[in-house]
Amino acid sequence: MKLAIEVKGLTKTFGSFTAVNQVDMRIPENMVYGFLGPNGSGKTTAIRMMCGLLEPTAGEITVLGMQIPARTEAIRQQVGYMTQRFSMYGDLTVEQNLDFIGKIMGVTGKHLKRRKEEVKEQFNLQSFTSFLAGELSGGQKRRLALAAATIHKPRLLLLDEPTSEVDPNTRRDFWDQLFTMCDQGATILVTTHLMDEAERCHHLAIINDGIKVADGSPAALKSDLAAAIVEVKSPRPAQIKSHLHSLTPVISVTQVGMLLRVMVDPQLASPLEWLSKELASFVDVEIRTSSPSIEDVFVMATRKMSRDAEHGN
Amino acid sequence: MATNGLRASSIRTLAVCKKEVLHLVRDRLTFGMVVMIPLIQLVLFGYTINTDVRDVPAAVADSLENSFSRQLVMDLQASQVLDFRRTVHSPQELEQLIASGEVSAGVYIPPDAENRYYTGDRPYAQILIDGSDTVLAAAVTSLARFPFLPGGVVSNRSQAPGLSTRLLYNPEKRAALFTVPGLLGVILTMTMIMFTSIAIVRERERGNMELLIATPIKNIELMVGKITPYIGIGLVQVSIILFLGVLLFQIPVAGKLVSIFIACLIFILANLTLGLIISTLARNQLAAMQMFIFVFLPSMLLSGFMFPFVAMPKIAQQLAEVLPLTHFLRIIRGIILRNQPLSVVWEDLAFLLLFALFFLIISTIRFRKRLE
Ligand SMILES: Nc1ncnc2c1ncn2[C@@H]1O[C@H](COP(=O)(O)OP(=O)(O)OP(=O)(O)O)[C@@H](O)[C@H]1O
Ligand SMILES: [Mg+2]
Repeated sequence: MKLAIEVKGLTKTFGSFTAVNQVDMRIPENMVYGFLGPNGSGKTTAIRMMCGLLEPTAGEITVLGMQIPARTEAIRQQVGYMTQRFSMYGDLTVEQNLDFIGKIMGVTGKHLKRRKEEVKEQFNLQSFTSFLAGELSGGQKRRLALAAATIHKPRLLLLDEPTSEVDPNTRRDFWDQLFTMCDQGATILVTTHLMDEAERCHHLAIINDGIKVADGSPAALKSDLAAAIVEVKSPRPAQIKSHLHSLTPVISVTQVGMLLRVMVDPQLASPLEWLSKELASFVDVEIRTSSPSIEDVFVMATRKMSRDAEHGN
Repeated sequence: MATNGLRASSIRTLAVCKKEVLHLVRDRLTFGMVVMIPLIQLVLFGYTINTDVRDVPAAVADSLENSFSRQLVMDLQASQVLDFRRTVHSPQELEQLIASGEVSAGVYIPPDAENRYYTGDRPYAQILIDGSDTVLAAAVTSLARFPFLPGGVVSNRSQAPGLSTRLLYNPEKRAALFTVPGLLGVILTMTMIMFTSIAIVRERERGNMELLIATPIKNIELMVGKITPYIGIGLVQVSIILFLGVLLFQIPVAGKLVSIFIACLIFILANLTLGLIISTLARNQLAAMQMFIFVFLPSMLLSGFMFPFVAMPKIAQQLAEVLPLTHFLRIIRGIILRNQPLSVVWEDLAFLLLFALFFLIISTIRFRKRLE
């Protein structure tokens, strides 16, 4: 199995603050690899180091078999990077932006002309060709950025929140495009805050406070979840919620309409019975077990760390 | 492989160049400045800065009182620099008048003035000057070299009045002739450094930098691509200034156009690379502007544009030698005013070329394709 990205002990500090802390990652070629984590957990910082835009404080990075920083320039020719913040030229048109990036990435002449047409069609930009990039809507800007990042058919795509601000239908098209590119041999590292997108990845890594806290396929992560999920349905969820919060074995409670999704300590022999007993005083309560979702995995992974940290201090 | 690399390199450089032109075309303000700055500055400076001093109020104390002294006073009056309004009897009274501000200059003619003139060992008259206005003082001081020819003047007058004095004190034309070539340098310094000093920092501020430096573009390609469009802009400005200079101030440029444009081109390069280094140093556009002023002010004050270079203290002169404008003023005044060929000013040209090369290399080395 060839690795598209391999990082060992990757660390980045800004002053006394550690944004990325001893992260190891092995991303095999030819897969869509999801990178999850709460705001400020260090995703963008990690990706920037993988592009050679930030110098790691410690650690080793190998991208497409080449070391950073020694081979950074060679790597850049085969990598497409989509920044989290919109970074195309707002005062240039869609066409001019694509033209510029294409030429800089070494796509020229007839080939460039063809690739421009292809990406415009792929990302539904044909009708915006002569629009100024700065005047596009949020989702259209993202589409332009992704088109630009893929114009040179990179072997590795680093996408930092490519679908924020993108509507659901466009998001589906987006992901279809990602899988198509993956089928054609590309490797894709993508950060997202959307759980349905995380679910679609071949593999996930979750980072919290700069530390990698989970790593595996979505299915494996769910089955390995160290918590039981119980759903509680009630006409008055608010009261039950505050009661549940006071119980130690309850890890988290999420309200979905009338439904409460309760994550319970797996040490309990029978979570269902235990909860029924605890909630005996409430009327009209339905309780049933449920299977874990990626969101549960995310909540669990990013929560545990902060608890551990509290204990540590 | 090598030719391939060169081809790819020139394609990238041209792409940056084209992008900069597109920014420029889109940015009406900057585009307007390209034309308006030369226009406004030329009209403002050309008409208002008038270093020709005329009709300075003056008094005379004539202790000789004969035809020699009367002729001297008349000739001085005819020079148009001094305007005698009072006649007094002693040097002390002259000083009092100057101290009170009634006149700015006084001429004392001692009783033995005629003797002194013919023996030639001592000054035959003394001019007292109010030194508080330096420009005025400089003009009056220059009267020390006043070509006074007693006796001969009368016959001169009848044929060509004031012939000997007109040469030195010919107003209007002299100021514009001196100012306009200087303005060429000042305007180029101002616009060229200003434009490029924000060239890179702007990409940083607008968030384009993260994308740009994640591409395989090389530093030198970025630098050269960024400044190239401004060479064209600079030459357009030179054309505007020369055209207006000829039209409004009758600056004699015919026959020297090639030399002028070559000198300007080299000077433009020097300023563009200076702006470029500012742009790689500054964190934001405001900082870039501050650094620009830090360079621009000394250029205005020390280069010899505002004040005569030779009159400055040694240390200021040495400092001024570092500034491109100092060298350019020497070159361009030489070409326009004294008809010098480029070969005479080759040292200054070489300095500007080396200056440009030096800062291009420094900015290329200094620029890091990093976000930190
Ligand atoms: N240049 C910098 N200087 C100082 N601190 C920084 C710098 N860049 C990032 N940080 C800090 O590092 C932490 C991680 O930031 P990063 O942008 O990597 O988070 P993220 O996971 O991408 O978050 P988000 O989901 O909001 O995009 C944040 O706390 C941020 O404040
Ligand atoms: Mg981020």
